[in-house]
Amino acid sequence: MSKTLRNIFLGLMALLMGGPLVVVCGVSLNAKKRLFFPPEGLSLRWYMELLTENSWLIPVKNSLTIAFTSSLLALSIALPLAYFLWRYRVFYARVLFTLGISPFILPPVITALGFLSFWVTIGLYGQIYATIISHGVFFVTLPLVTISLGFESIDHEIVEAAETMGANPGTVFRTVIFPMVRPYMISGYAFAFVLSLNEYIVAYMVAGFTVETLPIKIFNALRYGYTPVMAAVTVVFVLLAALIFGLIGRFGDLPKLLGALNPEEK
Amino acid sequence: MIGEKPKDLRAHLPLAYPALMLAIFFIVPFGLMAAVSFFHRQPGGFYIPAFELANYQNLYTALFGRTLVFSLFIAGLSAAVCVCIGFPFTYFITRMKRRSQVVWLVLLMSVLSLSEVIIGFAWSLLLSRTAGLSNLLVWIGLIERPVAWYPGFAALLFGICYLAFPYTVLVLYPPLSRLDPALPEAAQTLGASPLRTFFTVVVGSLRNAIVAAFVMVFVFTLGAYLLPQILGRPRHWTLSVLITDAAIYQTNMPLAAAMAIFFMAVSLVLVAITMTVGKGKNIKTA
Repeated sequence: MSKTLRNIFLGLMALLMGGPLVVVCGVSLNAKKRLFFPPEGLSLRWYMELLTENSWLIPVKNSLTIAFTSSLLALSIALPLAYFLWRYRVFYARVLFTLGISPFILPPVITALGFLSFWVTIGLYGQIYATIISHGVFFVTLPLVTISLGFESIDHEIVEAAETMGANPGTVFRTVIFPMVRPYMISGYAFAFVLSLNEYIVAYMVAGFTVETLPIKIFNALRYGYTPVMAAVTVVFVLLAALIFGLIGRFGDLPKLLGALNPEEK
Repeated sequence: MIGEKPKDLRAHLPLAYPALMLAIFFIVPFGLMAAVSFFHRQPGGFYIPAFELANYQNLYTALFGRTLVFSLFIAGLSAAVCVCIGFPFTYFITRMKRRSQVVWLVLLMSVLSLSEVIIGFAWSLLLSRTAGLSNLLVWIGLIERPVAWYPGFAALLFGICYLAFPYTVLVLYPPLSRLDPALPEAAQTLGASPLRTFFTVVVGSLRNAIVAAFVMVFVFTLGAYLLPQILGRPRHWTLSVLITDAAIYQTNMPLAAAMAIFFMAVSLVLVAITMTVGKGKNIKTA
């Protein structure tokens, strides 16, 4: 394929993907309380409002709390499961693995409705714990997949060498296996964190009226009167996501995490 | 030691906690939802345990049928668009140097992590009269005054494609990056043009991966919930919107559950197709 055509195509895609971000960024700098692009007058007042107004600070705090704890929960479920799956080959671990990735295969509204019936039944509907646990289970997929990749990358001979030298299973795990899997745990956690931060429907169904997360707040703001704060908060969150993935790309093996077999050769 | 059968009950210990968590917080909610779909609804939003098919019979309405057909239609259309654009795009990325690959992947992951509400907001701005692209066209002199391009079907289709595109690339990335570079090289050495090589060798040897990706993206776009409400008109609302509406605003959980179960059955059939296709014969790619 001709190089020029290829570059035009790629440039167009970059423009399409980045375009909305540029516009949102421009709108967030408007001086007046209107959504103009290009912005009329430049000011950072909407960013200030984001940092001072409680109506925005509370959703930000909720979202960060939920993302932080629920990804930890997802990680704690995924790690032993991935370990067992790698260590032993038995069918019931496969069943659990399929179970762990199914929230990502089914349309999310179905999982969300399941969570809703569950929390209503046990009486925790509307509590932040409900959102945290729901997200934790909903996002198990991400650390499960990355950590499984990590285990698969471990050379069996290293583990066998440690055992031959007399290390017991606990020591092997602590000193050999864990350090090798750690980068994959971190990226799995980061993926779950970023996606939890931006998740709408589960959070809305489980506690949308009492625990307002940022996506819920933005959607409400979109329906009941626009404000450039929406754009400001969007910019902050996009930058956060780009920073996290940029760090993974810088310090981790992003191509391999996403399923490339041998990216080092290029 | 790796890959053996667990020796005794103690070896199963690491499995206990994940199994318990997934059972309590995933299987039980699902079973509960399935049960609720057979419950009897009482006026005022409550429901009592029962076993009746009334909720499923209530699905048989023009609105549900139309919404289901429209959801499947727009999901299929956007999945087709995404795969057609995403396939050559992913191919180009996988042929790049590692460093440029990482840059593109970071951009893709950042767009992937965008919430539907943010995507909807950004495109509603871009397609709006006051802040949109039409102002640019006015400035160039192509049209006389700015116009609003949303809400509407085209805006919705565009938004859903934007939402699903990074996901499409991530689904296509593993098979494409594992494609042996010797294959296209061999074709070109034998005299095939680059375009012909792409369509016969690259597309041909990954046909199964493409079908599998199409079905995955199709199911993914079925889940679009906010975009139809932001970029579409009420007649463009999808099943996800209808289910949430029934559950939250009409507080008719049994009906919502019945819709969700029906919806899941449709999705599961599609996932089953993916699995069958994925297991099919494929030219060696790794």
